[in-house]
Amino acid sequence: MSETVSALAGARFDGFCTIKEAGPTGMITLRADLGLKKVARAVEAATGAALPAPLRFTTGARGRVAWMSPDELLLLVDHAAVPKTVQRLDRALAPSHVLVADVSDARAVFRVHGAHWPEALGKLTPADLRDAAPGAFRRTRLGQVAAAFAVLDLETVEVICFRSVARYMFDLLSNAAAPGSQVFAR
Amino acid sequence: MSARLKTGGRLIDRKDRRWFTFNGRRLMGYAGDTLASALLGEGQMLVGRSFKYHRPRGFVASGVEEPNGLVGLGQGAHFEPDQRATTTELFDGLVAASQNHWPMLEHDIGAVNNALARFLPAGFYYKTFMAPRGGWEKLFEPIVRRSAGLGRVPKERDPDRYEYFYAHTDVLVVGGGVAGLTAARSAAATGARVLLIEQTPHWGGRAPVDGGQIDGMPVEDWVRKTVEELEKAENVTLRRRLMGAGVYDHGYALGYEHVGDAAPGADGPRHRLWRIRARQIVTATGALERPLAFAGNDIPGVMLASAVRDYVVNWAVSPGDRTVIVTNNDDAYRTALALKGAGLDVPMVVDARPVVTGPLAQAARAAGIRVEPGRAITRVLGRKRVTGVEIGVQAGEGAAVDTVECDAVAMSGGWSPVVHLWSHCGGKLIWDADQALFRPDPKQPPTGADGAGFVTTAGAASGALDLAGGLRDAHAAGKAAGRAAGGRAHRKPAPKAAPEEAQPILPVWVMPENAGPAKRAKMWLDFQNDVKVSDVQLAAREGYASVEHTKRYTTLGMATDQGKLSNINGLAVLSDALGQPIPATGTTTFRPPYTPISFGAIAGEAKGDLFQPIRRTPIQDWHESQGAYFEPVGQWRRPYCYPRPGESHAQAVAREVTATRTKVGLLDASTLGKILVRGPDAGRFLDMLYTNMMSTLGVGKCRYGLMCDENGFLMDDGVVARLSDDSWLCHTTTGGAERIHGWMEEWLQTEWWDWKVFTANMTEQFAQIAVVGPRARAVLERLGGDIDLSRDGLPFMHWAEGRLGRFDARIFRISFSGELSYEIAVPAGQGRALWDALREAGAPDGITPYGTEALHVMRAEKGFIMIGDETDGTVIPQDLGLGWAISKKKPDYLGKRAQARPHMTDPERWKLVGLETLDGSVLPDGAYIVGTGGNELGQRYTFGRVTSTYHSPTLGRGIAMALVARGPERMGEIVDVATLDEAREVVKARITSPVFYDPEGEKQNV
Repeated sequence: MSETVSALAGARFDGFCTIKEAGPTGMITLRADLGLKKVARAVEAATGAALPAPLRFTTGARGRVAWMSPDELLLLVDHAAVPKTVQRLDRALAPSHVLVADVSDARAVFRVHGAHWPEALGKLTPADLRDAAPGAFRRTRLGQVAAAFAVLDLETVEVICFRSVARYMFDLLSNAAAPGSQVFAR
Repeated sequence: MSARLKTGGRLIDRKDRRWFTFNGRRLMGYAGDTLASALLGEGQMLVGRSFKYHRPRGFVASGVEEPNGLVGLGQGAHFEPDQRATTTELFDGLVAASQNHWPMLEHDIGAVNNALARFLPAGFYYKTFMAPRGGWEKLFEPIVRRSAGLGRVPKERDPDRYEYFYAHTDVLVVGGGVAGLTAARSAAATGARVLLIEQTPHWGGRAPVDGGQIDGMPVEDWVRKTVEELEKAENVTLRRRLMGAGVYDHGYALGYEHVGDAAPGADGPRHRLWRIRARQIVTATGALERPLAFAGNDIPGVMLASAVRDYVVNWAVSPGDRTVIVTNNDDAYRTALALKGAGLDVPMVVDARPVVTGPLAQAARAAGIRVEPGRAITRVLGRKRVTGVEIGVQAGEGAAVDTVECDAVAMSGGWSPVVHLWSHCGGKLIWDADQALFRPDPKQPPTGADGAGFVTTAGAASGALDLAGGLRDAHAAGKAAGRAAGGRAHRKPAPKAAPEEAQPILPVWVMPENAGPAKRAKMWLDFQNDVKVSDVQLAAREGYASVEHTKRYTTLGMATDQGKLSNINGLAVLSDALGQPIPATGTTTFRPPYTPISFGAIAGEAKGDLFQPIRRTPIQDWHESQGAYFEPVGQWRRPYCYPRPGESHAQAVAREVTATRTKVGLLDASTLGKILVRGPDAGRFLDMLYTNMMSTLGVGKCRYGLMCDENGFLMDDGVVARLSDDSWLCHTTTGGAERIHGWMEEWLQTEWWDWKVFTANMTEQFAQIAVVGPRARAVLERLGGDIDLSRDGLPFMHWAEGRLGRFDARIFRISFSGELSYEIAVPAGQGRALWDALREAGAPDGITPYGTEALHVMRAEKGFIMIGDETDGTVIPQDLGLGWAISKKKPDYLGKRAQARPHMTDPERWKLVGLETLDGSVLPDGAYIVGTGGNELGQRYTFGRVTSTYHSPTLGRGIAMALVARGPERMGEIVDVATLDEAREVVKARITSPVFYDPEGEKQNV
């Protein structure tokens, strides 16, 4: 297999937050009836994580699971583990009606790091960030494009968008975190 | 002369000097000054010329309501016109210039309009320039345009940064005066999260100027203490220099923050637009003082009484040495006392009320100030500056009984609550006759989704103009808002102030009451737009009964202050002229923003590279490095062609087509939509979406499909591949991917919610590269792998999965060019590597990357339609000869019923044909095919139009596709195609089959 390259080859910007492209990240779309017991079992087997509540993600030994909609999950795993994980999920869930798809390369992932990340993201998303505690996952828009974000810890948020707009997203986040543009600077 | 006082000035720091220039003159002010206070401190009262008559204009106000003090600020790229000097914070190096005068502020040629004022009444442009017809365009408009208008338009690109900020809060309190502070404190006590915003750099509003005590301490001390208390509270955010600009549905509010205005060139944004979601909004927006309408009230030196007080107390600036006060209410006496206290002369208070008894008036008398009850200013003396006033009786016609020398006049016609934010989203007003003001009707607030009000007013904004009453009102407002936003009850006491006795206001709309026409023509209502009492009365005489019509006819309230000073006075004059009470006239509509906000703030970060997202394929960097010429397709930028040095675009396209037809070409097709559809009902679902049958497609095979909307119109096309028993991959057009995915989801979620189908938009997961041309197979075979690429191993309209070189690939044998063609999909992260590998493998065959134009030419040579060229939302597949792709066996598909309607089956419909010009030329795009005769409107008869037209390098001539009435029945007919070329009105073309190249399809099948 040819080596996978992410959209921006790990680009980085340092402002009042650090913006960094995370590089290739394994992502699997799972559409299914989330009420089925075997869905929870298969997801846990694949990632080690339990099913997340709406607007949340969970973390396991082999990956994370994010709630996308009432019938859709996003599994975040190691990029190299994706083909096997897809196979396993397909096998475990057959013959139920599900859709499992590798969407790793369709996306770009950024880490926004710094205690003031809500001030950077707050310029771009209409989502309410007041209660965005670790474990929160939101599908929203940033600037003019669709995006999702996951609050990893108090100082780090992960932004996911489509690969084609990775450059726009990087520029957008960098601009929002530009030095001197902090909203609540003291 | 206005001047800086030796002592005082609560907002300025005399140790911190600020140098600035005005019209090139170097001047000095202090930290804490506004541009207006600094200019006045340097004796500069004259700051501009009025809009219509070019009359000299000085400052009238000290805040957002200022109509005259608008300047051009900054230089070069940082220049911005129409900036309000009264709200511009002074900074070192500020450069300001006055506006609307020519050649000079002091001597303005346009002032000749003033002499012609009697020929320029309200609505003059509707009347004067009716005839001759050409006169307007050639003569009058250029003159009017030259003499009207305010600031210059900036010429350079704005280099400053702007941004949005999305804020969420339980309670938004707009206004940081004592009412806003009280409301915020009270709302915070309910436990609600509170955002308190104030448009100026200072807390406390005008209460510290007006004086009094709150909770036993001077207002200023109470403000300081309360701000400290709120700053400590975890649930309160305080923000200055942030104006509440608008209130919208569902608790949405806009705030406009001045961040970097006073520090040009510094890091960070200049303005920030706050987009606020609040459960409840409290508007503690205060009140604005009204001018009085007396003759000459626009002469520089006539100011609002509150503004005079502000300048003296806040900035230690005296507007004049001798100030006459004219009023109809008690509040103006505070100005008299403040001036006296600063050691300035107040020769007279002219009070329109016949008897004056209020405690403030008594205090003024006690201070030795002459109070004249029942009097009016009948005329202001002076031209560019007040030199005196003539005094008469208010009940009279304006005969002067006295003349008082003075260099300033402080006027007060009473106060109007700032009801703008309350009104933006539908809050209603009531006329309070006792106080002579419109105030919010608490029973008719703007309502949210639950039908309950979401805006409460506090303090003076409610009409509670006295300190004690305002605090009480604001405390209750904060508490109510906090509770409505989910907070709990509290017993925190309201701040207290001593009740104040006041004598009621006497409404005065014209001064003196029975002034004649000459005087009324000098009584200004709207200072910036030159609307006088006489203009509004004229409008009424001419039949304008609606306040909204009168506004537009006279331009009353249309200035940049949007009627903050003129609105109430104007509608009162109109009511009087119409002989009806004021509430029957009503107000004009209050619309956001409260004061003008910058275009930059509205645009936010969306400029330059961030103006709009550009979608990039995994191969975009390579296209750019080759100097590709791009065209927008949706939000993508696709290479149109790859011109070589010295090559025109047309030459590049021809070269790319020829190389592909004779050897092999390479196309980045990654932008094509790819939607995965899976589930037990997926086949049935696709049979409904496409006009042809997809459920019967064998695994491993591809089929070209058409999608129509519910009206039968063709809206997308593409190749569908069956991946497995229960999964299909649907290719869409580049621009259609998101739309078609949404279309699928809509049907699945709303109509066929019980069908077991899941979809996923996989467009960006794959890079897709087309290898096209007679040598295509040889190139792929050179890469190696385990896929049998032979004619029979991977036949036309089949796909296969496997290894291609070092790539895991899915290869579709499909063709949009008529050549042997493979489209190879690999994960996007390997797209660039595959592109490079194909270029290397294809080098011996001269592999040539081609762009969208070559793609278009080749598909047109083959007669393949393009969504958006051959379709325009009115075309059905039957028009395009695509009947073969419409299943006759299926009971139904989206569009089937509509396609049976008589108009759709009309034999006269325009249908697809090819056109060959007799002279080989290329037809103009979109050209009509014309017949003889015309319709009753004199329009020429047409019976077809060109939908695609190209030069075919393969055939060496122009080719075109067209929709022509009964087209397929007219093969061989010669038609006239209209052009815009005057020398050659029509081009002769022969109707042919749309397939110009390889009609048997042998080439793609090799």
